[in-house]
Amino acid sequence: MKEVNRSIHKKEGMGLSMGKPAYTDDLVPQNALIIKVLRSPHPYARILNINTEKAEGLDKVKCVLTYKNVPRNIVTRAGQGYPEPSPHDKFVLDEYVRYIGDEVAAVAAEDEETAMLALKLIEVEYEILEPVLDFEKAVDNPSIIHTEEEAHEMFPIGFQPKRNIAAEYHMSFGDMEDTLENCEYVVTETYYTQAQNHTAMETHSCFSYIDIQGRLSIVSSTQTPFHVRRIVAEALGMPINNIRVIKPRIGGGYGGKQALHGELLSSLVTIRTGKPAKLIYSREDVFEASYSRHPMRVVVTIGADREANIKAIDMNILSNTGAYGEHALTVFMVAGSKTLPLYNKADAVHFGGTVVYTNHTPAGAFRGYGAIQGNFALESTIDILAGNIGIDPMEFRAKNMIKEGEGSPIFKIMGEGTEGVDMVMESCKLDFCMKRGLELCGWKQKFPRKQVAANKVRGIGGAIAMQGSGIPAIDMAAATIKLNDGGFFNLMVGATDIGTGSDTILAQIAAEVLDVSTDKIIVYSSDTDLTPFDCGAYASSTTYVSGNAVKNAAIKMKAQIEEIAAEKLGVRAEDVEMIDGVIKAKSRDASITLSDLSTQLYYSHKQKQLMTCESFSGEVSPPPFMAGFAEIEIDTETGKVDLVDYTAIVDCGITINPNLALIQVEGGLVQGIGMTLYEEVKYAESGKLLSNNFMKYNLPTRNEIRKLTVEFAKSYEPTGPHGAKSVGEIGIDTPPAAIANAIYNAIGVRFTKLPITSEDILLALRKKRS
Amino acid sequence: MINEITLRLNGETRTLDVNPLKRLLDVLREDCGLSGIKEGCGEGECGACSVLIDGVFMNACLYPVGKAEGKEVITIEGLVGTENYEVLKESFEQAGAVQCGFCSPGMIMAAESLLRKNPHPTEHQIREAISGNLCRCTGYNMIVEAVQLASKRGEGLW
Ligand code: FES
Ligand code: FES
Repeated sequence: MKEVNRSIHKKEGMGLSMGKPAYTDDLVPQNALIIKVLRSPHPYARILNINTEKAEGLDKVKCVLTYKNVPRNIVTRAGQGYPEPSPHDKFVLDEYVRYIGDEVAAVAAEDEETAMLALKLIEVEYEILEPVLDFEKAVDNPSIIHTEEEAHEMFPIGFQPKRNIAAEYHMSFGDMEDTLENCEYVVTETYYTQAQNHTAMETHSCFSYIDIQGRLSIVSSTQTPFHVRRIVAEALGMPINNIRVIKPRIGGGYGGKQALHGELLSSLVTIRTGKPAKLIYSREDVFEASYSRHPMRVVVTIGADREANIKAIDMNILSNTGAYGEHALTVFMVAGSKTLPLYNKADAVHFGGTVVYTNHTPAGAFRGYGAIQGNFALESTIDILAGNIGIDPMEFRAKNMIKEGEGSPIFKIMGEGTEGVDMVMESCKLDFCMKRGLELCGWKQKFPRKQVAANKVRGIGGAIAMQGSGIPAIDMAAATIKLNDGGFFNLMVGATDIGTGSDTILAQIAAEVLDVSTDKIIVYSSDTDLTPFDCGAYASSTTYVSGNAVKNAAIKMKAQIEEIAAEKLGVRAEDVEMIDGVIKAKSRDASITLSDLSTQLYYSHKQKQLMTCESFSGEVSPPPFMAGFAEIEIDTETGKVDLVDYTAIVDCGITINPNLALIQVEGGLVQGIGMTLYEEVKYAESGKLLSNNFMKYNLPTRNEIRKLTVEFAKSYEPTGPHGAKSVGEIGIDTPPAAIANAIYNAIGVRFTKLPITSEDILLALRKKRS
Repeated sequence: MINEITLRLNGETRTLDVNPLKRLLDVLREDCGLSGIKEGCGEGECGACSVLIDGVFMNACLYPVGKAEGKEVITIEGLVGTENYEVLKESFEQAGAVQCGFCSPGMIMAAESLLRKNPHPTEHQIREAISGNLCRCTGYNMIVEAVQLASKRGEGLW
């Protein structure tokens, strides 16, 4: 391998660090109208009257939108394949507002000051309705959140709006009752996870304009440009051929941008006024009025026999999707489908539960996509069970976990909203990850605890995890490769680089096949007019799904080049090979450079354009795996908890770009660590989100993150491009359980609710002492 | 209220007709066409808008432009092209510290400010100095490594 498995610098890294215009807000036309959104102060209300006259009377106000003057087409804003597994329950604007922060009206003005003033001049009379704020009381609550008759599911997802249920699902095999009865050890525990916020440093941003052909162009900080195009067309009732969506550089996504945020309002303003318009979310908007992780209650029961074989797993989930059901079903299903196969020898498995509506900020996609919630519950319970059995928890895992060459019935039963696909693990180095991690973290010397000072105790804990590589049989990616004169290539992909470096690794994949250096591959990505389709950046799909499309397009390109070169050299196509930009005849001493060949091809000899396009949709979704180990230190006087060391060993197949893969894992770990220890979500009694800025919502900074040790297992996935699997999400999954297990090992207190703050620990220690 | 404000921006004297209460962040982005300075929070909490004002590391989102009268403002664009920047940029690239890149200009400004005060910072000092700059993409390790690298490579520069 020449170009793959190399830490090539990100193609745009230099430009970005110089601060060149690159992100959405850097590219807005000078004369763009500024859009500001009036947001609901009530968690649930009906707009009785809305008077916009005074606002419209301001000179520089060009457009005011309310539910009265926008198209009434119901959609889901979730950027997912079509038909979407999320309920259609959202209008552009509605007479009902369903959470504090929901959109009441939008104003577009020539400057920000006027737009802000206009918001204040809009008079709204609300009928305040009884909100549902406690998600455990949502089902069959007398207050119904979605009463609109247009709301519907696209296919059966258990949608029951009259009961405040966005989705419901159950599956099982084996005889649960009987199996549990025959188990020597059974543990049941209940866990709660919070509404973590993505906090991408670039807030949700978009602008729109009418191009020279009279078409609507939207530039958006989105993970799913093609889904945005489809959903805008549907919501605004306009022909899809009149819409173009362009994704520039993105300042982080992590799932938060796998949905429409400002695009609908911005597009409408542009259509109404004919003027460019921009909608840039404030940080507060992002917290209060975009998206969070689905908070969940997970109840897990695991049973094992006398020999410590796991026989039964039962997982019941109540998930809170907030006011709208974006990603409601699928996030909840992934909590099971990407955790339960880890222990694939159980005779009886049940997974099921309900996703409810509440009057909170909607939840949506977030790195890990349910797997992190499920993993926290499952992997904490595994430790409890191991404790009861009296076996080392990592040994217990090693004995029961999935291995290379094995499958799990879950893969076939559970897909994303639909049935899944059967899979056998062609690459699974979980055993190596575990062994190496135990060595590196010093498990033997440190487990379970060490008193390091009079009031300081250290504990160590671990967890294992899996994710996926795209959504098999549903999500598709395509790639086009164009040969240019001078022998360099354009690679056009719909794949959406959201800051992950995917443009670079896709170029590496093409370069490897074409045997040229990566700088000969010029990437252009994510423009719905110019690049081929791609479902977008989610579900850990880019390396595997888009990567395979790129690889296939490159193979085809190589064959075409060789064919033409063979003809030129007077040999058969099988008799040439392309090495390092030179095509040589194998049988005799004749060759032509790719540069000469392509230049002749365009100017002087049998002129024609070489261009290939291939698509890929996975038949399987090979999971990346990892083992994670947390060492924490607790000050038993103050409760202060510090993460001393986190060791992560990852199997994501071949790393196309080891450095970029490493950042994916480290970045994921830190977000997982944040969710576990720092990122506390607080509401006022009214339902108002209190933790709505960086002062009150604690992100881990450099001070909290001390040592991270990440290594990759030697692994090769035969179905992946050059042996690779995806790596975008796996890093986030283990910290909650590994840290909770470490805390238990340090002080003997089991925490089942996230985040686990120093205050919680102090209270628990006091309680324990008394 | 529009006033005439004169300041030195990246080595050039600029006179601007602006509301002195306008945030320096907006003046730099909108009136001066500089895109390297970003808004991540608007509340002084993320460091994406970091600049140097008379050599002092500041958040431009909390800084009314009126206060910059007669002062020297340096943004990432002003650093580009200097020897210091070359070293910093190479170190950031080599350590792989640029992911989505949104925090990177601010991070580099923070690194420059630290190295000016302390050309040989310890790891702890680096962590402290950059703790006001949030990054949601990386594990921070690479950024610390980048500053260490720069400190070593730029021997004598700061
Ligand atoms: S934008 Fe100034 S500190 Fe965040
Ligand atoms: S690189 Fe994305 S926020 Fe730092």
